[in-house]
Order: sequence, then C-alpha cells, then structure tokens
Amino acid sequence: MRLWIAKQRYLIDFTLASLARRKTKNIGLVLVFALLVFALASVTLLTSALRQEAARVLADSPEVLLQRMVAGRHDLIPPGYIERIGRIRGVQQVEGRLWGYYYDAVVKANYTFQVSRENPPPPGRIVVGPGLARFRGVQTGNVLSFRSYSGKLFTFTVDAVLPAESELVSADLVLLNEADFRAFFDYPAGHFTDIALSVANPQEVRTVATKLAAALPDSRPILREEVLRTYQSIFDWREGIALALLSAAILAFAILAWDKASGLSAEEKREIGILKAIGWETGDVIRMKLWESMLVALAAFLIGYLAAYVHVFHFSAALFAPVLKGWAVLYPSFTLLPAIDGLQIATLLFFTVFPYAVAVLVPIWRAAITDPDAVMRG
Amino acid sequence: MIELDDIHKAFNQGRPNEYWALSGINLKVAARQVTALSGPSGSGKTTLLTLLGCLARPTRGRVRLRDEDVSGLPERFLTEIRRRTFGFVFQQFNLVRGLSALDNVMLPAYPLGLPYGQLREKAENQLAGLDLGHRRDARVEWLSGGEQQRVAIARALINDPEVIIADEPTANLDTALSLQFLDILSRLIDEGRTVVLTSHDPLVVESSVVDRVVRLRDGRLVDNAD
Repeated sequence: MRLWIAKQRYLIDFTLASLARRKTKNIGLVLVFALLVFALASVTLLTSALRQEAARVLADSPEVLLQRMVAGRHDLIPPGYIERIGRIRGVQQVEGRLWGYYYDAVVKANYTFQVSRENPPPPGRIVVGPGLARFRGVQTGNVLSFRSYSGKLFTFTVDAVLPAESELVSADLVLLNEADFRAFFDYPAGHFTDIALSVANPQEVRTVATKLAAALPDSRPILREEVLRTYQSIFDWREGIALALLSAAILAFAILAWDKASGLSAEEKREIGILKAIGWETGDVIRMKLWESMLVALAAFLIGYLAAYVHVFHFSAALFAPVLKGWAVLYPSFTLLPAIDGLQIATLLFFTVFPYAVAVLVPIWRAAITDPDAVMRG
Repeated sequence: MIELDDIHKAFNQGRPNEYWALSGINLKVAARQVTALSGPSGSGKTTLLTLLGCLARPTRGRVRLRDEDVSGLPERFLTEIRRRTFGFVFQQFNLVRGLSALDNVMLPAYPLGLPYGQLREKAENQLAGLDLGHRRDARVEWLSGGEQQRVAIARALINDPEVIIADEPTANLDTALSLQFLDILSRLIDEGRTVVLTSHDPLVVESSVVDRVVRLRDGRLVDNAD
C-alpha cells in the first residue's frame, strides 16, 4: 500500500510538472471549462434556491384557498359563504381575503393590493413592498397617490416599507386596511376575493377539499401543495429553457474537449514514447494522464462552481436573473439563501468532468499502447 | 548474457509495404563487454538493438536473456525486464524538456515507488559521478549536447541496470566529447556492466574500449564470429 501511494505521489508530481510545462494551454483549457461549469452551476443553483425560497414562503400560506368560479373565471365570494364553510368538520380557521391588482401607469408596473388582517395600517396609510418603494423612490412618511379604476384619486401615506428578506413575494405589494381597500376598488360590502382555510390535521386536507367542493359546487379549492408543485414546475421549465440555451456552450466545450483529446501534440506523444522506453508501463502512463485530466477538470469545476456560488448568492445571479426569476416589471432584488444540493453537484460533475476525462483518455490510451521502440526511430 | 537465435523482424507484415529489417540473425552478446553494432544506414542496427533491449519482439526466432526465452513475453513483463535490466541512451537523448536534469534522471524510477530522499540521493550521485552535479537543477534544454548526453547516461543508470543500450551515442558529439563518452564506457565495464551500442563512427568502432564489432548489411550479419 505504501509503495502504491509512493508511486501515485511520483505520478502526481510528474503530472503537476507536466501541467506547469504547458501553462498557457492548460490555463486556457481550465478557464473555458470553468466558464461552462459557471454557467451551468449558476442556472441550477439559482433555480434550486428559488424553488426552496418559494417552498419556504408558501410554508406560511394557508393549506387551502377557496375561489368562487363563474363561467370558469374567478369571481367574488358572496356573503354567507364563510359561515357555511365554518360548519365543515376539520376546518380550524376561515378567513375571507381581499386583494387585487392595480396597474400603475407611472412606472408601467402592476402592484398587488392586499388587506392586512393581522396588522392593518391605520386609515389613509399603506405598507409597501421594497420593490415598489425602490421604483417609486418612496420611504416611510412619504405620500403616494393612485388613481383608482373609477377615476378617483386616492392619496396614502407610507406607513412602512416591508423588509427586503421577503422581497421574492412582496416586491410589488401594497398592504392597506379593509375600509380603504373597499373604497379604492369600489368593492361591494360583504364580498371577498377568496377564502383562506387552515386545516387542523394535514392528513385531512384532501378530505376537507372534497367536502368543500360538495358543499359549494360553484367554488374551487386550491391546495397549498398544488401551488407548490406549480411553482416547482415553473422553475423547472425555466431551468430547462436556460439549459437549452446553454447547450450551445456545452457543444462548444465538447468540440474543444474533442480537439484537445484527438489532437495529442507531437511533444506529448514523444514524451509518452520516452516514458514507455525507459520502463514505464502502459498503465503508469495512462494513470499519469488520468491524474492530469482529473486535476484540470476538478480545478476547473471548483473554480466554476465557486464563481457560480458567488454570482448567485452574493450578486443575486445578475447574469441569469431576468430569465429565471420572472417577467414582472418590478424585478425583486433579494439575496437568496445559499442552498447546495449534493445530487445537483454530482450531476454537474458527471456531465462535465466525466466526459472530459473519457475524451482525453482515448487518444492517450492509443498513444500509450504503441511499441516503445517507436522512440528509437525519432 | 543475451542470445539471439534465427531472428527475423518484419515491419508492416502482410501489407503491400511489408519490409524485412532483419533476417536470420544469430548472435551472442557476452556479459561485461562493449559490443558495437556497425553498418550503413538501413542495415538493421537500430532494429537489432531494440530486440536486444526488449523494446520490441521479433517476428520470428528467439531472444534469450540469461538463458530465459523473453521473445514471447507480453508487453507488461517486457516492461518489467526493461526497467530492471536495461538502461537506454538514445541518439537524440530523448530527455523530457521543461524538467530539470535531476528530474529527468529520476524519471525511470518513478514507477518503482522508492522513498523520495533515497531516489534523489541516487540521482544526485549519478549526476555527480558524470561531473554534472552543478547542473542538476538546470532544465535539460539549457544544457549543451555533451551535458545532455551525460544526463541521458545518468538516467540510464538510475535503476542500476546490468546492460546499457546506446543508439548512435556519439552521432551528435564532437571528437572531444566522443572521447569523453568512451571514457565513461570503460568505467561502465569496470563497474561490471554490459554495453551494446550502434555506431558508424570510426572513433567508436575502432576504439580499444569496444571488445567486439558486429557488422550488418541489409538486415544480415556480415561477419559473425560466434
């Protein structure tokens, strides 16, 4: 075993010397390789962080949402519905929610107006999301005016700006009290946008949904897990689009790897011949070259992955965010919580390091099995 | 030491450009002697040398090393024999550029996995013995032709081989350096080694250091004394 280790140390030693001798070529190769890993890792890190972020945010949302449908479209919940739901067994809490969209022609963006039940702002005051505050350039104490859909002008004082940590879901949010909301949108009294239900036992969520559908046939229950799944598939889809675009880069890299692989330089071939002639076995030569390609590939992978990590979690994935985060005008600006998935790293490793090692190995094997007497013939 | 029995060697066998480099060679190489293979270009000297040094296998015939038939051994075993028994000095020296003289000398011993300190000391001693101690850290491409050849000799000696195989060792050297090489040869014989070399340099072939000259022409021995 000690002999084996000593042998590998000599091989690595020689490999490092070889790499240093062909500095320019190898640095170039590592950079191109690292760039590819950077692009792929940025996309996967960002989408998985977004997925986790969405899951975290939705963890606090109600288990079931109930929407009333008219002609297949979302309609207001009329008075009396909340009372009828309250009688269904298993439902712990029922709350009518009020929210709606508002298009702000000033910044050409949509806002979400929502009534805050827990801490409703005083009349005439609103709490705004950080994206909106940034876009309209307002802070606590400033005044904001909106012209309602009925044409009336409403003026609100900003009571607070929501913390940046929640920006993924609150960038465009405007929180206000019920009376102001109903007045602004001319919302009929006793009506709600939808109903949020909490269910005591998570196992019973589906049963409650079935009971709701039976009791209120014109309504549609939406389960949290379904929303979560939708988010996941949206991010999967976007990740797929980005990866499809990146496939051009992968192809370019494959060509580079193939070129490097098939074009073993005359100098390298000569060296392999010398090593064989002076007593290295074919296996020693292949092992040495394997170390070489592994060192190149792993160095590139490490550099690329670290760069992607910094890009995604410290610079909010500035390069890919427009494609991957969403299409809203008010791009949420937020720092994602670092999340690393072992399987994801393994997949990325498999699709970058492995093909490279194989591509490099084939011609080396071909060169290494040539007769050692070739070196005698210059 | 090494015995060749009815050796034939063909290149591109079975193809239209088939070429027989050696035909019917019978030869015994004695231990602790300098044997020179001589002949014009294309006479088969280098091919014969590769067979004697186990760098290649004959197409037909037997190669015996210390009475053991090695002509049919697979490459893996031949490598092992090459590493333990032979040291090679090539015509172009075939040093690995970019590495120091010392690293080049240590190279054949890497697969043996000796402790580093021991190997380094051995390599330093070899270089010092050939008056190259002061050049051990220089890259080989910075060395003169004579120095490069001595590095190649030190490399050939690192695994303490019984037999030194040298292909046209003075082809790239001037007279003074060639004479210096002949001195080294006699030292190797004094150390109890066997040397087989190819040369058409009269300085080498006619030297008193050379015990026996084997002449070849068109792949056949011209005057086989054995």
